[in-house]
Amino acid sequence: MAETKVYSRPETWTKGIHTHYCPGCGHGIAHRMICEVIDEMGIQEETVSMSPVGCAAMMYDYIDIDYVEAAHGRAPATATGIKRVLPDKFVFTYQGDGDLASIGMAEIVHAANRGEKFCTFFINNAIYGMTGGQMAPTTLIGQKATTCPQGRDPELAGFPMRMCEMLATLETPAYIERVSLAKPKYIMQAKKAFQKAFNYQKEGRGFCFIEVLSTCPTNWGMNPAEAFEWQIEKMIPYYPLGVFKDFE
Amino acid sequence: MAKVLMKGTEAIAEAAIQAGCRYFFGYPITPQNEIPEYMSAHLPEHGGIYIQGESEVASVNMILGAAATGYQVMTTSSSPGISLMSEGLSYIAGSELPAVVVNVMRGGPGLGGILPSQADYLQATKGGGNGDYHLMVFAPSTLQETVEVVQSAWDYAFKYRNPVMILADGFMGQMMEPVEITPHETERGDWKSWGLGNKGTREGKKRSLIKSMYLTAELLEAHNSKLQEKYDRMQKEDVKWEELHVEDAELVIASYGTTARIAKSAISHLRDQGYKVGMIRPITLFPFPYEPFEKLTDRVKHILDLEMNMGQMIDDVKIATKSRFPVSFYGRCGGVAPSVEEIENQCKQILG
Ligand SMILES: Cc1ncc(C[n+]2csc(CCOP(=O)(O)OP(=O)(O)O)c2C)c(N)n1
Ligand code: SF4
Repeated sequence: MAETKVYSRPETWTKGIHTHYCPGCGHGIAHRMICEVIDEMGIQEETVSMSPVGCAAMMYDYIDIDYVEAAHGRAPATATGIKRVLPDKFVFTYQGDGDLASIGMAEIVHAANRGEKFCTFFINNAIYGMTGGQMAPTTLIGQKATTCPQGRDPELAGFPMRMCEMLATLETPAYIERVSLAKPKYIMQAKKAFQKAFNYQKEGRGFCFIEVLSTCPTNWGMNPAEAFEWQIEKMIPYYPLGVFKDFE
Repeated sequence: MAKVLMKGTEAIAEAAIQAGCRYFFGYPITPQNEIPEYMSAHLPEHGGIYIQGESEVASVNMILGAAATGYQVMTTSSSPGISLMSEGLSYIAGSELPAVVVNVMRGGPGLGGILPSQADYLQATKGGGNGDYHLMVFAPSTLQETVEVVQSAWDYAFKYRNPVMILADGFMGQMMEPVEITPHETERGDWKSWGLGNKGTREGKKRSLIKSMYLTAELLEAHNSKLQEKYDRMQKEDVKWEELHVEDAELVIASYGTTARIAKSAISHLRDQGYKVGMIRPITLFPFPYEPFEKLTDRVKHILDLEMNMGQMIDDVKIATKSRFPVSFYGRCGGVAPSVEEIENQCKQILG
């Protein structure tokens, strides 16, 4: 009987390379989906991106497209520079919550407000992964991190920031959606959002923002299964999934 | 194009356009606002784009992204703005990208004032951002020279794949002078081999990876050594200076930019009175022109470092003279320029 191939690595995935991500981390899943969409659209040679600062700093090793490295938080500015010079190429930023919602808050808000025609994948794992589990702007109230060992206290640190809701107040963005990677059904929805963002870019629609609720089992102090459960129980109620803005 | 009377800032902008710069990202700060204003008005006519960033931090990172495509990009600012850009300049230098930055200096530290100064010599030549990197730094002293320096800036930026800074001061930005600006063809070398967006054209569809991060000690050391070789090459091939009356000089003034211009008037008066004064004017501040100082003979009794700051170039001058002559400093700051008379008096005191 002839073999039917049901699963393989995307073409855009760098041949023979394995990620450095911890087991159960969302970064690998999100990378893979980006590669799949690039493959489906046949735009590997037309896509350029920039790596963020954070655990995904070396995503350029995994995705075989042209890459430049951005400074912490500045990817939306760097992407602006690229896309303004190369309006016909596909440009995306991929940023963690420390990168995008803390040091890079001004850059993302203004790029969104200018309606820059690239997409941003915002990986919200409610913590700083790379630097060892410090509090992020998205860390939940009561959630422990190395710089809020008693749990996040809103008196000291304010409330966790909801980026989709905040950016959706702007007139300009074309499409804003929050997705999760906590179960297969969510992952399939996330893939649709990724496809839509790239398609909108192809149509020159303007700024697209996909927030991806992700996991950091290592710094949350959980095993991968617990991490996905925790995301469903704790994160999704505070960060509701869904479309916040769609040009349609 | 015939000579036209132009303000320094506008001459800088027009020269950049004539040299092929089509992408400008910046943020307003006095005394250089006419540059972004001119660019926003004229770049679209040339098919270019002006974007006002939300800050200097954003603007310089827009420059980084745009420079990574291999096209000609520019930003301009003034002292506190350049401090904010230091993050990006370190990244641009570390990532070996060509970009042109103009600093129309004002007084500091901190918010300081908006009047002309040369207070950013050390920041421009010794770093500002983190890590072992250098910008190539030009300090023109007339508007015509500024135009030429701006136009050739991308040639050097692409030759070395390194940011080039033009260090002007508020006087140069605001003064008007007749200038001639002609189109300049910039040599961009093999930019498609590394410029983003050309994966499809490269052999084996090889991707371009532009970065400054090397997590292995040996790799980062090798990267830094490669940068250093580039700086050494600049020192050999592209160091620039002007000499004035040094052949018989007993006192040599070391000065650049506007200050050198004022010093020229003082030197001509002093010469009329029989004082043997000359000048070495660095045009590149990095790489620094050591050679003209090394060539000075024992006829020289003294070197006077003259700047609009508190004495930032003096260490470079001392290194260049290898302690063969006494070196002293005279300068004004905060927006005050040394007058011709002050310089004459200072020279007469030294010569006795
Ligand atoms: C200017 C600057 N400040 C701080 C850092 C250190 N740093 C590296 S990664 C990081 C946090 C990243 O967190 P996040 O963006 O949430 O990504 P994650 O690692 O969780 O995927 C920080 C603070 C840096 N590289 N640059
Ligand atoms: S530290 Fe967290 S975010 Fe980083 S790779 Fe591990 S699980 Fe992923």
